[in-house]
Amino acid sequence: MALIETEDLTKTYAETVALRNVSVRIEEGDFFAVVGPSGAGKTTLLHLLDLLEEPSNGRILFSGIDTASPDQDRLTLRRQIGIVFQRSIMFNTSVYDNVAYPLRIRGIKNDIDGRVDEALELVGLEGFERRHALTLSGGEAQRVSLAQAMVFQPRLLLLDEPTANLDPRNVSIIESIVSKINHQEQVTVVMATHNIAQAEQLASKVAVLREGVLAEVGDASEVLRKPSELLMSFAASVNAYSGEAHPLDDGLALIDIGDNIRIEAATRKKGKVTVFIRPEEIILSTVPIKSSARNTLKGKVTGITDLTDGVQLKVDAEREFTVIITKKSFNDLRLNLESEVHLNFKATSVRVI
Amino acid sequence: MQFDPILEGLIRAFWLLVTLDPEVYSIMFLTLRVSGIAVILATVVGIPLGAAVALRDFFGKRSLMSLVNTLMGLPPVVVGLFVYLLLSASGPLGPLQLLYTPTAMIIAQLIIAAPIVVGVTVSAVGSVDKAIRDKALSLGATRLQLTLTILREAKTGIVTSVILAFGAAISEVGAVMIVGGNIRWATRVLTTAIVFETELGEFSVAIALGIILLLMAFIINWILTRMQWSGLRR
Repeated sequence: MALIETEDLTKTYAETVALRNVSVRIEEGDFFAVVGPSGAGKTTLLHLLDLLEEPSNGRILFSGIDTASPDQDRLTLRRQIGIVFQRSIMFNTSVYDNVAYPLRIRGIKNDIDGRVDEALELVGLEGFERRHALTLSGGEAQRVSLAQAMVFQPRLLLLDEPTANLDPRNVSIIESIVSKINHQEQVTVVMATHNIAQAEQLASKVAVLREGVLAEVGDASEVLRKPSELLMSFAASVNAYSGEAHPLDDGLALIDIGDNIRIEAATRKKGKVTVFIRPEEIILSTVPIKSSARNTLKGKVTGITDLTDGVQLKVDAEREFTVIITKKSFNDLRLNLESEVHLNFKATSVRVI
Repeated sequence: MQFDPILEGLIRAFWLLVTLDPEVYSIMFLTLRVSGIAVILATVVGIPLGAAVALRDFFGKRSLMSLVNTLMGLPPVVVGLFVYLLLSASGPLGPLQLLYTPTAMIIAQLIIAAPIVVGVTVSAVGSVDKAIRDKALSLGATRLQLTLTILREAKTGIVTSVILAFGAAISEVGAVMIVGGNIRWATRVLTTAIVFETELGEFSVAIALGIILLLMAFIINWILTRMQWSGLRR
């Protein structure tokens, strides 16, 4: 029996159809990634799975129980599901009270201290209890949200773009926590992301949503091995390129992605491949640097976007690359549009599928 | 010469307070009783009402808010006149014989204070981030727990509504004058006493009473402000 299952799920808001006939099965223990461009219906699907909204059509079964039940029963089911939203909002009180909230509203009085400690330890924020929640950085707030969702030991954890707008350090921290939650705590995870590399790294199953319709679903390796045009069309924002791999020695390959760009990657694959380079894993410098990075490209900054905890840059190095750096680095490097920069990344940072 | 009554008033105020002048203290206690009860009643009625209006969508919500906002600026004299007509011997509530009693004054100030509590509470609760709702629900809140959570998030604004209501009640003179009648030892409060002493030309006494009024307002607001900021560390 699936932990959660949807049958012909449809959700319409006024005139627009956000989701159309989506049927997915998520088994106990799965790490299920829902990928798609923004506006594809990922958030709507997660809100429906969290029973925050009701479907216009179709149904959702949680552990075989139809969730279209009276309010009280929906509450009982909802209390077994945790969710982390893309934008973290905190209650205007201490971190401790924020994390204790789900326990208190469940009438749990036993060992609140111990459970809050445990949840904060899980997200690596021990000692943050007395901090005021509104003084946290974006990454810290997101981790406290994760602690809030985990403190009541949910059977299902939903993550809506949990690392969008975060700086590289927090992205990798959250990814490793989420992976630990799935592997060690045995919690089933459903994660919405537009970041295919992230899905590839974390998920066991992948569903692709486009304009509210389920375009593909299956094992992560299958769906991502031969990325469809659709997948590639929105993967551009996360440095995805198709190319030809030519094996070198030492388990490396040279991958020609066109425009005279050859990328060294740690892979034994040859022939047509797709490569991803995570924006956080590219090291940016204004002067050429000597490092162990096997790939160095020169380009110009063509776009600057402020994220909550970092800065996203578009760099034209014959092909367009997206790079995310911390605000501090951005200020230290005194970057502007048209600034000349060097992109450095390791052969092991290039994911090849 | 002009500063004389003010200086004299300061000394007088100090003197009246330290000598425990019985009449001044009775006026102070009545002021506090009338405005205090009126504001407590306004709070008890106004906060749930304001929260309900803010959290629900219903037909005529906007018109209702326009009405409440208008009532927030109600001239006390008009309220006094209205309550007077209601309570006067020939009025609908005449048989209760409440005119010229502290109860009549409480009713008048309640009418002045309640719309302020409702109006400011609606705006405070309405401006709580909508994401708080999803957050509380997703963490397992019931309807009631959700409402209480939203009210707690709006706490600063809600306490502001009480501060504003108290300020309006304790400082108004028109309504209590009309329905209370400024009767010595019975319905005389600080504001009406100030008017009375001024008319008699007793400026220094009037100023002394004014200073006492300010002092009382300050102490009450100090307590309310502490409530407003408790638990907030920003």
